[in-house]
Amino acid sequence: MPVSVANSKIVYGALKECGVEIMSALPETWLVHLIRMADEDPEMTLVRLAKEEEGVGISAGAHFAGVKSAMLMQNHGFLAAINGIVSFAHLYKIPLLMLISYRGTHGERDPWQTQGGNVTEPVLRALGIPYTFLDSPGSAARRIRQAQTLAESSLQPVALLLMRDLMWEE
Amino acid sequence: MLRLDCLRTIYPELEKSIVISIMGAVAAELQSLGHRENFFYLQHAMGLASSTGLGLALAVPNQEIIVLDGDGSLLMNLGTLSTMARYAPKNLLHIVFDNESLLSVGGFPTATGTGADLEGIARASGIRRAQTVRSCEEFAAAVRQALAANELATIIAKVEATGPAKYVTDLALLENRFQFARYVRSVARR
Repeated sequence: MPVSVANSKIVYGALKECGVEIMSALPETWLVHLIRMADEDPEMTLVRLAKEEEGVGISAGAHFAGVKSAMLMQNHGFLAAINGIVSFAHLYKIPLLMLISYRGTHGERDPWQTQGGNVTEPVLRALGIPYTFLDSPGSAARRIRQAQTLAESSLQPVALLLMRDLMWEE
Repeated sequence: MLRLDCLRTIYPELEKSIVISIMGAVAAELQSLGHRENFFYLQHAMGLASSTGLGLALAVPNQEIIVLDGDGSLLMNLGTLSTMARYAPKNLLHIVFDNESLLSVGGFPTATGTGADLEGIARASGIRRAQTVRSCEEFAAAVRQALAANELATIIAKVEATGPAKYVTDLALLENRFQFARYVRSVARR
């Protein structure tokens, strides 16, 4: 599977540098190495979810306790989590660090991913969620740190879109 | 059995724990018995009280976490039972007040009134200690036994579909949220 191990390591390492101790996740092709790294890391609590919206609750609980967390999901999972994001994270000012694999954009071969690709950014904008792209190994770690800093200072969800150029090697 | 009486019988246990309550009648009734800084009322995001309890249980293993859930909320997030069972934190007690009704929005019947069995679903999701109770005495005993057993438990309390006259209290959502987080951080020891 041509998911980049080297770039997954950069992303995972940056999350650790930020002090992330709890990670919630639902498997997605691009996320396989990140989830495995979390699973094999004795310092990380990995919470495998049935549905992404649960991750909003997990991260809220962790935040109440002063523990930093991150959410790993696909963009369709982000769409499935919207009520939790609005009615919990926004309503109660909960920081969320959301790493969202951005499927269904240029280069996508799976027809079933393409509608979600079309609406991901418009929905992020409609929700007022600050977001940026993780598209190159050189800037990924810095952008993760900046997103984490913004989430904690603004007490709101912040999104990082994991791009094909970073996650996929062909 | 009235939910308010159930809450009254376990109030001493709630005082000593970190408590997450769902919205509506449960939140209003708990506040009517006396708000405390260790009580958080999730006034929306139906289904996520149990997920929040799980996050807290994993983040604060030295504290008992009690979730006050409802049938309508749990039915919106049944997957939470399988996630809780997967990690089975010993310090998490999941109480579900099942009035077979979406009471706060006008009393529409839920599927627990037509045969959905939350204890059975919890058990089949992997929660070994799952129990249904129908009287206040049974409820209080089940809660105390679950706390003493020191394992993940889901207790389904069959209660009447009645609630307080109004649901809005004078506690602002964010006031509750920041007060609660300050309390949790003061007692957290990983």
